Amino acid sequence: MKYLDEFNDPELAKKLFADIERVTTKKWAIMEVCGGQTHAIIRNGIDQLLNDNIELIHGPGCPVCVTPLGGIDKALAIAALPDVIFCSFGDMVRVPGSHRDLFQVRSEGGDVRIVYSPLDAVKLAEENPDKEVVFFAIGFETTAPANAMAVHQAKQRGITNFSVLVSHVLVPPAIEAIVDAEDSRVDGFLAAGHVCSIMGTWQYGPLVDKHQVPIVVTGFEPLDVLEGIRRVVIQLEEGRAELENAYPRVVSEEGNVPAQKLVGEVFEVCDRMWRGIGEIPQSGWRLAPAYRDFDAELRFDVGSIDSPESEVCRSGEVLQGMIKPNECESFGKECTPRKPLGATMVSSEGACAAYYQYRRLDGIEVEVSSGG
Amino acid sequence: MCLAVPGKVIEVRDDRGTRMATVNFDGILKEICLAYLPDIGVGEYVIVHVGFAISRLDEESAMETLAMFRELGILEEELGVESDPGADSGSATETVSATGANS
Amino acid sequence: MAEKPNFSGWSCPLPLRDYERIVIGHGGGGRLSAELVEHLFLPAFGVDPSEELRDSAVIDLAAQGLADSGGRLAFSTDSYVVRPLFFPGGSIGDLAVNGTVNDVAMSGAQPIALSTGFILEEGLKMETLARVATEMGIAAKLADVRLATGDTKVVDAGQADGLYINTAGVGLIPEGVDIRPGRATPGDVVIVSGPIGMHGVAVMSKRESLEFGTEIRSDSAPLNSLVADMLAVTSDIHVLRDPTRGGVTSSLCEIASTADVGIAYEESLVPVPAEVAAACAFLGLDAMSVANEGKLVAVVPAEQVDAVLVAMQDNTYGREACVIGKVVEAHRGMVVAKTTFGATRVVDLQLGEQLPRIC
Repeated sequence: MKYLDEFNDPELAKKLFADIERVTTKKWAIMEVCGGQTHAIIRNGIDQLLNDNIELIHGPGCPVCVTPLGGIDKALAIAALPDVIFCSFGDMVRVPGSHRDLFQVRSEGGDVRIVYSPLDAVKLAEENPDKEVVFFAIGFETTAPANAMAVHQAKQRGITNFSVLVSHVLVPPAIEAIVDAEDSRVDGFLAAGHVCSIMGTWQYGPLVDKHQVPIVVTGFEPLDVLEGIRRVVIQLEEGRAELENAYPRVVSEEGNVPAQKLVGEVFEVCDRMWRGIGEIPQSGWRLAPAYRDFDAELRFDVGSIDSPESEVCRSGEVLQGMIKPNECESFGKECTPRKPLGATMVSSEGACAAYYQYRRLDGIEVEVSSGG
Repeated sequence: MCLAVPGKVIEVRDDRGTRMATVNFDGILKEICLAYLPDIGVGEYVIVHVGFAISRLDEESAMETLAMFRELGILEEELGVESDPGADSGSATETVSATGANS
Repeated sequence: MAEKPNFSGWSCPLPLRDYERIVIGHGGGGRLSAELVEHLFLPAFGVDPSEELRDSAVIDLAAQGLADSGGRLAFSTDSYVVRPLFFPGGSIGDLAVNGTVNDVAMSGAQPIALSTGFILEEGLKMETLARVATEMGIAAKLADVRLATGDTKVVDAGQADGLYINTAGVGLIPEGVDIRPGRATPGDVVIVSGPIGMHGVAVMSKRESLEFGTEIRSDSAPLNSLVADMLAVTSDIHVLRDPTRGGVTSSLCEIASTADVGIAYEESLVPVPAEVAAACAFLGLDAMSVANEGKLVAVVPAEQVDAVLVAMQDNTYGREACVIGKVVEAHRGMVVAKTTFGATRVVDLQLGEQLPRIC
């Protein structure tokens, strides 16, 4: 695909690896905040190919993984109601709540549907006026404009049988929480390029200044990730802490202003629970008062559902790079990719799930064919 | 988070007041909401996430970034510093892959 | 692939004309059932109307010149519930034939006959059933296999989703052929018969709330002639799998696990059409785990690879056959991919169907 293939070129990757090697003299811990970047790292084996001085810490940037247990249990409760069509992005459907997941609700008679876009859910509401259509509005800043548009369109078109269960999270407060943590080991951050395509880069300047930590806005293809790492390392080696944009083909300083405008109209900032981390102040969005009528939590009265997170899960510490996954007592025992206890085991790119996979290769010489 | 991919706008139209587009992703055609990019026209590349164009893709900037990657290391080679002791640089790739995934 | 019939002008044969839709009585064993068989299924399946119908099909091996073919029968069944019923490049009808033909062929057998079981929902359009049955007939002819026996049941409206088909097939395994997952041996080479992921992407393009435009067609095809051509150059083929649901990844994982061997492949060698790659990119799927309906994965001894590849590439269904990896001693039970960057990645089975991701 144009503008994807070019940024997957193995020959250019070699140049970037070599340059990272050249500029690195000390040990550095770099966090890629975003799950999409983690995906590129794991899928291409970038972490194996970097020199040992660079440790990549997989951050909390997967909205699916960090959606709190209580949020999922609310979704499950609504999805199980008669006359409800519950719509979700595909990757949310298998995420377990306290006792089951959305697929199990479906097997018990719930009408759960996977949609590609929130607008598909609005369309379903129009087509099924005798049903309540509920959309599970999760995501970071990147997804918020889409979810805001769905609510806005429903209001504009007078669609009253549509509502959203909102579990939106914001990146800058999470980064702040991680650098603020007492034993934080993170020396520099790759910020999430697609979040910044919406919000711009201006939010990160104050973070850089306050905490003296390099932040490089980074894209999602392997070469983008390598360039982000390279720029963070160069800053660290030179003793600088600056905000850089390594994804200028997509990200501008001001971001997408029309999107920010509608998001600001539909949502308001609130405190939010993060699975594995706990509550982070001012780290989420909920519907603004003018749109409260579309709040599924109120409409179906599930606001009181509050599910305790696993007591043994240490995914918060893993997310912050304080421990390795296998240092958690539950790792590989009561917590596996099939029965995840916490955020980092939920998605296949989560630090624990990825570690679980690769651990199986530890100490094994891998012989790969030259093909024939 | 936020799987978003580049595609080319091939048609723009209005759907009950919302700006919509057909976007071509290398042969896959998808209806995409263009409400957040009011100035984008046919032929331009956009980044698409969950059915929404969230950003214009600046082709010139993409080319500049790739050109910069291609330049990497060339200066060092010209100056003859490639045998810098810090590393048998460039061979890191092969060395690590041969021993597998003990990262 | 054979020309698809045009149903725009289809009209029911006389006795069925009064019924635009399936009614409960079509499964009742009475006159309506008989009319459905006589006027819809038999013509669609190309059965000689003078042939005597009975409770079971009789396969006369001697008459087919197969009496001395060894004594080992391959026998397989599969049920087809695909949605939508018609998709770019195929339908539930040709899948029901090709799928079972291919399952039988993966033992190295030449399929002889298929049974066809229909579960129809009351209210199904007669035209839809006729179209499905006709496509089954065409697929059977193409695969050179007989649709030998069948059954139809009708369930109340709402108890099924249009129609379901079950087919079972039998075939004879040639003497000296022993093809099964357990035979994968370190040193063997792994081949795929062509570009992957096409069926899954074609079907997804028509799913509600996912729809997208694409030129990609399902690769639905009978692979028995391809298998026969491969066996013609060597009977020593170790494993054949048709990578349907779960894609090539599932086939490789099952082989590695059953044979207790490692399998290593190179991502750069896997043939993924550009449009499949694009669909996977925007939905967040892995082409290696997307379904195929006209491809096979073969594990063959290294010394046979060149000859087998030439034979495959000479067959319509194997033109783009290529090597993607090999069977190794290390990492037993595990499949490992070498990435385009030269790193390695453990590849595992999907938990269930792949779902579109947002992150």
